[in-house]
Amino acid sequence: MEIREMTALELGQKIRSGEVKVREAAEAYLDAVEEKDGKINAYITVTKEDALARADEVQKSLENGGFEKSRLAGVPVAIKDNLCTEGVITSAASHILDNFIPPYSATAVLKAEESGAVMLGKTNMDEFAMGGSTETSYFGACGNPWDTSRVPGGSSGGSAAAVAAGMAPYALGSDTGGSIRQPSAFNGLTGIKPTYGSVSRYGLLAYASSLDQIGPIAHDVKDCAAVLEMISGRDDRDSTSIMRMPFDFSNSISDPEDPAASIKGMKIGIPSNCFGEGLDLEIKEAIINAAKLLESEGAVVEEFKLPDIDYAVPAYYIIACAEASSNLSRYDGIKYGLRTNSAEDILETYYKSRSEGFGTEVKRRIMLGSFVLSSGYFDAYYKKALQVRGLIKRSFDDVFSRYDMIISPVSPTTAYKIGGQISDPVAMYMADIYTVSVNLTGVPSISLPCGFSSEGLPIGMQFIGDSFAESKLIKAASAYQEMTDFHRRRPASFAQGGADELPEMKNKERSAAE
Amino acid sequence: MQINEDLIGYLGDLSRLYLSDEEKRTMESDLTDILNYVDKLSELDTAGLPEMSHPFSEVNNFREDEVVNHDDRERLLANAPEKRGSYFKVLKTVE
Repeated sequence: MEIREMTALELGQKIRSGEVKVREAAEAYLDAVEEKDGKINAYITVTKEDALARADEVQKSLENGGFEKSRLAGVPVAIKDNLCTEGVITSAASHILDNFIPPYSATAVLKAEESGAVMLGKTNMDEFAMGGSTETSYFGACGNPWDTSRVPGGSSGGSAAAVAAGMAPYALGSDTGGSIRQPSAFNGLTGIKPTYGSVSRYGLLAYASSLDQIGPIAHDVKDCAAVLEMISGRDDRDSTSIMRMPFDFSNSISDPEDPAASIKGMKIGIPSNCFGEGLDLEIKEAIINAAKLLESEGAVVEEFKLPDIDYAVPAYYIIACAEASSNLSRYDGIKYGLRTNSAEDILETYYKSRSEGFGTEVKRRIMLGSFVLSSGYFDAYYKKALQVRGLIKRSFDDVFSRYDMIISPVSPTTAYKIGGQISDPVAMYMADIYTVSVNLTGVPSISLPCGFSSEGLPIGMQFIGDSFAESKLIKAASAYQEMTDFHRRRPASFAQGGADELPEMKNKERSAAE
Repeated sequence: MQINEDLIGYLGDLSRLYLSDEEKRTMESDLTDILNYVDKLSELDTAGLPEMSHPFSEVNNFREDEVVNHDDRERLLANAPEKRGSYFKVLKTVE
């Protein structure tokens, strides 16, 4: 089997056994990046030299008995560009940080390194993770490897596109309102947004601190469980990271000989009002089929009505933008990042550096956040949204007292055309209807492939569970993946030479060039 | 909720952003659209309900208040747009 055809765990095993050298693995992916990424734009920065040097270092350590407990030692990884990497530019796809070289690495990155990960580079994303299509990146849009005229989703679109096109075996992303799950769905991949607090946010460039979580994107749930295990854990440097034990998510992977045992008797709720108007019919059908399969294998599947779902997106955008306006006030051109060269005084330095450095969507969200927090509007908007958040949490608590998990769509549509929605912010925001409740309530969710549209585009679904119930989700998802092969399909661009057929990327130029 | 030019100017000041005339016009109509949409929340009666600002707000995660040095000065200054010696250099802040 070719290196790039393996899952991350399969590759880790071959490296451990000595059949594949760490350098060979890194080279296989770096070659793919060189071949394809000119037409996909999944990476903002490729750290080729560092990756090869690191590969040799990990190889040597492995040969001396190092990384004893890691199943992913030597396996390459792509890192979303909002995770700080010491010595490597971390821009969050923004002009304001396009020269920022962090003096430290994020805890999740450090933990991956401690397990022998070899970083290939930093992936493209919506600027400051604000968007669902990777079109708001300062470094230009990213194409979907299944059809490069379409978006890869977002905001972790580059991470997903890199994995889908075989330019990384797995990637780290972040999820504030669906940014791991929706790109996973658009690219035929599996992604986990863990319970809030499971993964330290130290070194993650903050967008909305009470919603942000880091998580894995990979080809299957086994890989995701192993990666999540590796990056989770209490961290003194993030006061919201939680003490929770154990983190051995891989123990929940179903028995390949008897996957049905993992789901037998499991109570699964289908929120009927998530399958109504607005949802693409092919997506509905694919998810209902998945639920029927789980039912036929022994799960107890039941429809119910999830209350207050229509209020999740409005509450989400008020809260996320409020937190963003506060978090992004740190970018002022003083200590790091872009500083304007045309200011006359300190105040102008702030104004001009920010105005030149931030893109349109970021400015829009900062302005909206400033509005909902301003005196006179605070109660009607921000306070109200926090109360609605509490209502949604209450209804989730009630749902999970009755069900082990619920199955819902991830996105109302499959991957859409680049440029198709970006001009209408309200339409863009409303597309987050199925994902944002998970962030508002802090619960975990797995996004996984469950079919293909008539146009050949991947369809995803999500399994949502109660806080700290990742194990149940991993059980069900791994059982489902034993019974189906949607997660094993690859786009034509995945194959070696597969990029030859791809059209040249449009919209690749930096947005500043517009 | 209708956003007008004055409010856009005020929000620009709160946000420390200069907007071009075109940006102001777009921002005015975009924010109006967004607020009309989020006004949907007013359909819900939330009087007296608690505000949920955080998934696990009841958990306090304190550590010992010990002084530790994380980064040395040179590393932190390396990203400075302008510096003089071991200081960040900025434009005059007081008259």
